[in-house]
Amino acid sequence: MAHAPAPDGPAIAVSDLRMRYGDKEVLSGLDLTVEPGGVTALLGPNGAGKTTTVEILEGFRARSGGEVEVFGLDPEHGDERWRAKMGIVLQEWNDNGKWRVRDLLAHFADYYRPYSDPWEADGLLELVGLAGEAKQRVQTLSGGQRRRLDVAAGIVGRPSLLFLDEPTTGFDPHARREFHELIHRLTDMEGVTVLLTTHDLDEAEKLADRILILAGGRIIADGSPDALARAAATSAEVKWMQDGRRQVHATDDATGFVRKLLAADDGAVRDLEVHSANLEDAYLTLVERFESGEAEAAVDRFRKEVSR
Amino acid sequence: MNPTLHAYRTGWRRALIETRISLTTPSDVLGYVLPVGIAVVVLLFLRGVDIEGAPVSLGSMNMPSLVGMFIVWGGVFGVLGILVMDRTNGTLLRAKSMPGGMTGYLIGHIGSIALFTAAGVVVLLAVGLLLFDGLEFGSPDRWLTFLAVLALGMAATMPIGAVLGALIDNPRNMGVVMLPFMALMAVSGIFYPLGGMPGWAQAVGQVFPMYWAGLGMRHAMLADSAVVVEIGGSWRTLTMFAVLAAWSITALAAAPKLLSRMARRESGSTMAARRQKMYQEWG
Repeated sequence: MAHAPAPDGPAIAVSDLRMRYGDKEVLSGLDLTVEPGGVTALLGPNGAGKTTTVEILEGFRARSGGEVEVFGLDPEHGDERWRAKMGIVLQEWNDNGKWRVRDLLAHFADYYRPYSDPWEADGLLELVGLAGEAKQRVQTLSGGQRRRLDVAAGIVGRPSLLFLDEPTTGFDPHARREFHELIHRLTDMEGVTVLLTTHDLDEAEKLADRILILAGGRIIADGSPDALARAAATSAEVKWMQDGRRQVHATDDATGFVRKLLAADDGAVRDLEVHSANLEDAYLTLVERFESGEAEAAVDRFRKEVSR
Repeated sequence: MNPTLHAYRTGWRRALIETRISLTTPSDVLGYVLPVGIAVVVLLFLRGVDIEGAPVSLGSMNMPSLVGMFIVWGGVFGVLGILVMDRTNGTLLRAKSMPGGMTGYLIGHIGSIALFTAAGVVVLLAVGLLLFDGLEFGSPDRWLTFLAVLALGMAATMPIGAVLGALIDNPRNMGVVMLPFMALMAVSGIFYPLGGMPGWAQAVGQVFPMYWAGLGMRHAMLADSAVVVEIGGSWRTLTMFAVLAAWSITALAAAPKLLSRMARRESGSTMAARRQKMYQEWG
């Protein structure tokens, strides 16, 4: 084939990606590199441009500007061989409802035969926990079962890159945990690169090795869940009462600030509190402000907090 | 393994599975059997009605016309309905997400609609021969005409369905096609010979494939003496094939471009937006 991708190149390479709908700019210069392997979560409030980004990477949407390569090819010009490397799991798939579960998966597997050695339907149904439903019509599956079938359909061609778009929206906690276990099993076994989009920090922390936070059309934070949490925790808020008035001070060095404060106060400081912001606080504040329309201010503040 | 050939073969397997599913899904079968069954029952009552100068009753004359109409109906609405529904439920997007998926999807549906329509036509033919006097189907030239009209009728109407399906992206707008289709039925000589209708009705009816598919089937199944009722007192065999072929070529020329435009625009968020709109409209 004309374009075998470099085996050691990045799975995803994006620079200065721009997208506008009419005069509304959704992505304003997004840069992103994802190396093969592991789970990367694209986290951000609704309307931050997560779905747009993923659809551009999937080759389902034409971008307004910037460079995008997925496995060495521009997704807008991805051929069938390239397509065979992608596995896609969307939120709202409700397709082929009259088919029987096993027939559908076996049929989907057929499409990949010229390109890879796809999963056999029975083994795959076993893996996603649907072996008992093999003969059922797809439309009779429950929501959680349906989503597991979608995952099976997404990985049936043994993809190198799996897109999971808001995979647990509308799940109850039990179905959510089962789904998370399934994703862990997949990534342990297959060595596949997963790009997960979610607006749920908890989900991102549970599943991902790396979290990218998307807001205001750019990536505003990038790191492992631990690193992001540590970075966010360096900023703290100190509150106290002095001369009958409430005082608040935000600082990167809470201990040092409190030491100085108490050394000079002559007993006037009362009700001292120190709150160290964790990642969740920082993220929730961001989302809150973002959704109340203060997008720019929210992004600036979050950046200050997370980038020491 | 040649990937293109493989996609076509996978599509053909899809066609067989889809046909089996359609034939074993009661709602699918009823959707066809009910309207056609009602039409057949009406024709049974018309067996006693004579047409001036014709050797057969109005019922017997309309039976082949009904076969012609069934081909047009199955071709246009079979493809149109599937394209519109499959964009709402994500079947089309799924096809787009797999290598060779769009090819397999189209071949699968074209094949299954052709098989399903052919099965329906064979049943109608059997019912007609059993219950209606004056139908003739005993010679190879009639079989050949029948098969040719069936094949060309489907080739003319399925791409029309594809063009309409690519243009309509909300199931609600199916009515925009359904109503003119009903009106067209009235001026296509299906339930009454077009020769006995006003000039404007004849002019409109003869533009569209439905009239010609009905004419072709009457030619295949009625005694030659029944031709006196037709416009110009002739079966106009060449014109009939020419008009059906012209529709087929025109629609086939337009369909691929429109289908690929439709497929290109398909993504998760366009599907979500379409469903959102549909829920709002349907409460």
